[in-house]
Amino acid sequence: MVAQILFLVITLAASVLFAVNLRKIIRNIRLGKPADRKDQPQKRLMTMIRVAFGQSKMVVRPIPAFLHFFVYIGFVIINIEVLEIMIDGIFGTHRIFHGLGGLYNFLIGSFEILALTVWVSCAIFLIRRNVLKLKRFRGVEMTRWPKSDANYILFTEILLMSAFLLMNAADAKLQVLGSGHYIVAGSFPVSQYLMNMLPSTENALVIIERGCWWFHIIGILAFLNYLPYSKHFHILFAFPNTYFSNLEPKGAFTNMESVTNEVKAMLDPSFIPAETTPGKFGAKDATDLSWVNLMNAYTCTECGRCTSVCPANITGKLLSPRKIMMDTRDRITEIGKNIDKNGAEHQDGKSLLDDYITREEIWACTSCNACVEACPVNIDPLQIITELRRFAVMEESQAPSSINAMMGNIENNQAPWKYSPADRFNWAEEK
Amino acid sequence: MEFKVPTMAELMAAGEEPEILFWVGCAGSYDERAQKITRDICKILHHVGIKYAVLGTEESCTGDPAKRAGNEFLFQMQAMTNIEVLNAYNIKKIVTGCPHCFNTIKNEYPGLGGTYEVIHHTQLIQDLINEGKLKAEGGESFKGKKITYHDPCYLGRGNGIYEAPRKALEVLDAQLVEMKRCKSNGLCCGAGGAQMFKEPEKGKKDINVERVEEALETAPEFIAAGCPFCMTMLSDGVKLKDKEQEVKVLDIAEITARANGL
Repeated sequence: MVAQILFLVITLAASVLFAVNLRKIIRNIRLGKPADRKDQPQKRLMTMIRVAFGQSKMVVRPIPAFLHFFVYIGFVIINIEVLEIMIDGIFGTHRIFHGLGGLYNFLIGSFEILALTVWVSCAIFLIRRNVLKLKRFRGVEMTRWPKSDANYILFTEILLMSAFLLMNAADAKLQVLGSGHYIVAGSFPVSQYLMNMLPSTENALVIIERGCWWFHIIGILAFLNYLPYSKHFHILFAFPNTYFSNLEPKGAFTNMESVTNEVKAMLDPSFIPAETTPGKFGAKDATDLSWVNLMNAYTCTECGRCTSVCPANITGKLLSPRKIMMDTRDRITEIGKNIDKNGAEHQDGKSLLDDYITREEIWACTSCNACVEACPVNIDPLQIITELRRFAVMEESQAPSSINAMMGNIENNQAPWKYSPADRFNWAEEK
Repeated sequence: MEFKVPTMAELMAAGEEPEILFWVGCAGSYDERAQKITRDICKILHHVGIKYAVLGTEESCTGDPAKRAGNEFLFQMQAMTNIEVLNAYNIKKIVTGCPHCFNTIKNEYPGLGGTYEVIHHTQLIQDLINEGKLKAEGGESFKGKKITYHDPCYLGRGNGIYEAPRKALEVLDAQLVEMKRCKSNGLCCGAGGAQMFKEPEKGKKDINVERVEEALETAPEFIAAGCPFCMTMLSDGVKLKDKEQEVKVLDIAEITARANGL
C-alpha cells in the first residue's frame, strides 16, 4: 500500500512538473508572429506520417538511420511495457497483462530483443560521438552543454534498458524458484543469459527485481522531465513540426503582405490599404520570427545534418544552420525566462541578431536550401536567415556595400549590373 | 543572328499572340557568356517552329536577387511592374533561361497577381524531345562523351526538377556521370542568395572551387549547367584549376543546339 501511494505521488508530481514546463515552451512558441499553416490538412497529415513516423528523410545516411530506427521503435513499443508498469504500480498487481498468455510471452520477448538493440545502438552512438568524434558532432556551436546533453541522453537510455533487462532476469529466476506472486509469465530471450550473474537467494532477487522496477519507472519519469531542457525534445515535437512544415516548393519565399500594401499604394495613389498594424520588417529578435520558426528551434536535435551539407560551412565560413536553430532556441528561452521573472514588458537590451547570430553568418548564406532538404524533421533555418536579412536591409539599410550597389542597379537600370536598359536587347543583334 | 527574334510589341502590333514568352533574364541579356545561351535557346525555339516572342527592352529584373538579399520592397516593385507588362500582353506561358527567374515568376508572382504557366528551358527541351520535335542529329556528336550535370539549387531542390535536364542529356547517347553530391544532395555553385553580387565571407575556400573539384573527380569532358550564375561560377572554377583546355562548361541549351547543328 505504501508503495502504491509512493508510486502515485511520484507519477503525479512528474506529470505536473512536465506539464508546467511543456506549457512554458508552448507559451514561448506563441511569442512568435502568426503564420498560416492550417491549410491542406490531409497533405500535412501525410507529411507527418511519412517524415516523422516513417522517418523517410533519415534513410539518406543508412548507418545512423538503421541505429536510430532501433532506438525509435524501441522507444515507441517499450511504451506498452510502461503501461503495464503504470497499472501494476497503481493497483499493486504484478504483470497484470499476463492473462494474454502466448501473446504476453511474445510481447515480453520482443521488448527484450528491442531493449538489447536499443542498448547496442546507443552504445554505438556514444562511440561515434566520443571515440570516433565524427565531424558532424563538432563545430563552433557544439560547446560543452550540447555535447554533454547528447551523452546524458544516450547514457540514460542504456541505463533504462539495462534496468529493464536485469528486472526481467531477476523475475525469471524468481519464477523458477516458484517465489510468492512471481507467476510464470513472459519469455526472456535476452535476460535469460543474465540469470547466472544474479544471486540465487530469494530475498536478494526480490530486491534486485523491485529495485530495477522502481529505477526503470522513476528513470522514465525523470527522463520525461529532462526533455524540456534538452535537445531530445524532438521525440515529441517532430510530429507537430512536420505537420506544420512548409508545403510550398522550397524555392518560394513568402511575399510580405505589409510590403505589398505599401508598394501598391506607391504605384497607385488611389489604392487604400486594409487596416494593418505597422510592424517591423523582418526579424531582429526571436519574437519577430513566426511561431513556426520558434517551434523549429525547439524541435532541433542538433544532429548537424544541415551544417554538414551547408556550402558556406563546408568551405570554412562562419555560418552553421545548426547554430542558427540553437541560437534561436536559446534566445527565445531566455526571453521566456525574462517574462517569468520580470513580466511581459521586460527588455534585456539583447537581440537574436548581433548578440547571438552575427551579420557575417547571415550574409554567408547562398539560400541553396541544402539545410532544409537535409533536416530529418523539416526544420527551415533559411527562413530565419531571410528574416534577419530583411531586418538588416529594410529597417537598418545595413547590407554589404556590394549588395547595396546591386540593389541600386536594379532600382536605376532594372538589372543587378550597371548596364543601360536600352541595351537589354542587344544580344539579338550579335552573331 | 540568322533570323529575327520577335518581340511582344511587334506581335501585338500585328495582332498576334505567341504560344510562349521567352523570359531572357538579366544575365541572359547582358552577360556575354550567358548571351550565347540566350541565342541558343532562340535557335531551338526557331528550329522547332514554336511561335514565341521576347519582351526585349520591356523586360526588367524579376527582383530575385533583391528578394534573396532581404529587400522585399524592391522585389515587389519589380514584380508588380513586370506583372503589369505580362498581363497587358495577356501572357499565358513563359519559358525562362534562368532558374532564378523561373522560381520567382512561377512561385512568387502568383501571390502578387501574376499567374502563368512557367517552365525552365531544360523542361522545354525535355518536352520537345518527348514530343519527337527535337532529336540529337545533324550536329556535333556527343556519343560516348563524359558529361556531368550540375544541379542548380533553384531548379533542383528549390522546385524538384531533376529529370528534365538529364533527359536532355540522355538523348545524346553520351556517358552521364553523376557527381558525389547530386540531385537533392547537390552542392551549390556559390552564387545563390545574392552571393553572385558580393565577395564571399572569409573562409578556407571558395564554394565554386569546392564544386569544380568535385566535378573534375568524375573526369568529364563537359560540365553541363542550366543556370547563368552556375555557368559563371563553374567556368571561373575550371579556369582557376587550369583545366579550360580539357573540360568545357556548357549550358544544356548550348549542348542541345550543338547536337542539332543549330
